[in-house]
Amino acid sequence: MPFELGGETFTSRLILGTGGAANLHVLEQAIRASGTELVTLALRRVGTAPGSTGGLLELLDRCGVRLLPNTAGCHTATEATKVARLARDAFDTDWVKLEVIGDERTLLPDGVELLRAAEELVADGFTVLPYTSDDPVLARRLADVGCAAVMPAGSPIGSGLGIGNPHHIRLIRQGVDVPVILDAGIGTASDAALAMELGCDGVLLASAVTRAADPVAMATAMRYAVEAGRLAAQAGRIERRFHALASTPDEGRPEL
Amino acid sequence: MELTVNGAGRSVAAGASVADLVRDIVPHPRGVAVAVNGEVVPRTGWPARALRDGDRVEVLTAAQGG
Repeated sequence: MPFELGGETFTSRLILGTGGAANLHVLEQAIRASGTELVTLALRRVGTAPGSTGGLLELLDRCGVRLLPNTAGCHTATEATKVARLARDAFDTDWVKLEVIGDERTLLPDGVELLRAAEELVADGFTVLPYTSDDPVLARRLADVGCAAVMPAGSPIGSGLGIGNPHHIRLIRQGVDVPVILDAGIGTASDAALAMELGCDGVLLASAVTRAADPVAMATAMRYAVEAGRLAAQAGRIERRFHALASTPDEGRPEL
Repeated sequence: MELTVNGAGRSVAAGASVADLVRDIVPHPRGVAVAVNGEVVPRTGWPARALRDGDRVEVLTAAQGG
């Protein structure tokens, strides 16, 4: 079933970040292998950060993906809303992955500044996809101010620790009417599958692919993991039992 | 006049506009955004926006990021 996000329809439920790739060649191969249709990028001083020396936008054009600029590195609502407006001017899109960082070691979001920035950008016509913590109340507040999705962290950015509090991710899914996209903390394919099994509508990941020993193989794994998790969530898993339940019937068992 | 562009000192001709500066820095302005003294200057306003001595200019572009 197609995935509706911000008024657009996607086939893939995997959003790929471009940060951390060793070079643009590997990045392009990974994007293609992942099947993603929506890719994040950052805004940095010309000629400084990786990718900012040219070629990144051309690569993303070739892949035919939609751009999702982020506000990575911003610490206040004022700063993040400015970066969002700069990104809109640079990339001709009003979509933004809104990040407002509140803690340097964990890179967890500052909920107060995040909500303030989200409100302002929604009022300014942006399609706001906020990177948030796994707090169900904050997620609901973000949805209430008009965010097009909420994107809770499974665990800190780049940590690869997976989903620290699956219960909260489920609560977030139950508490909002907008898409829930698990963003940050994914380490390997099973983490992405679990996110989907918990009811998430999509998964956003970067480091798990770009910093894997073989990014292209991991991108392929993530593509299948998201699909498998989605299918499993819809299929309705069996209940967990304390004791065994034989799958082979006892009837007709020979007496020997 | 002397500007600070992306954190470094830079001399530009008196009367230069944001559009002139961007043209000097990047060959193709696609995917570029500019802030002057912390305020966004939209692309459509680059030619008309004259730079002044001491301005702090950020010239930004696409970079890899999660």
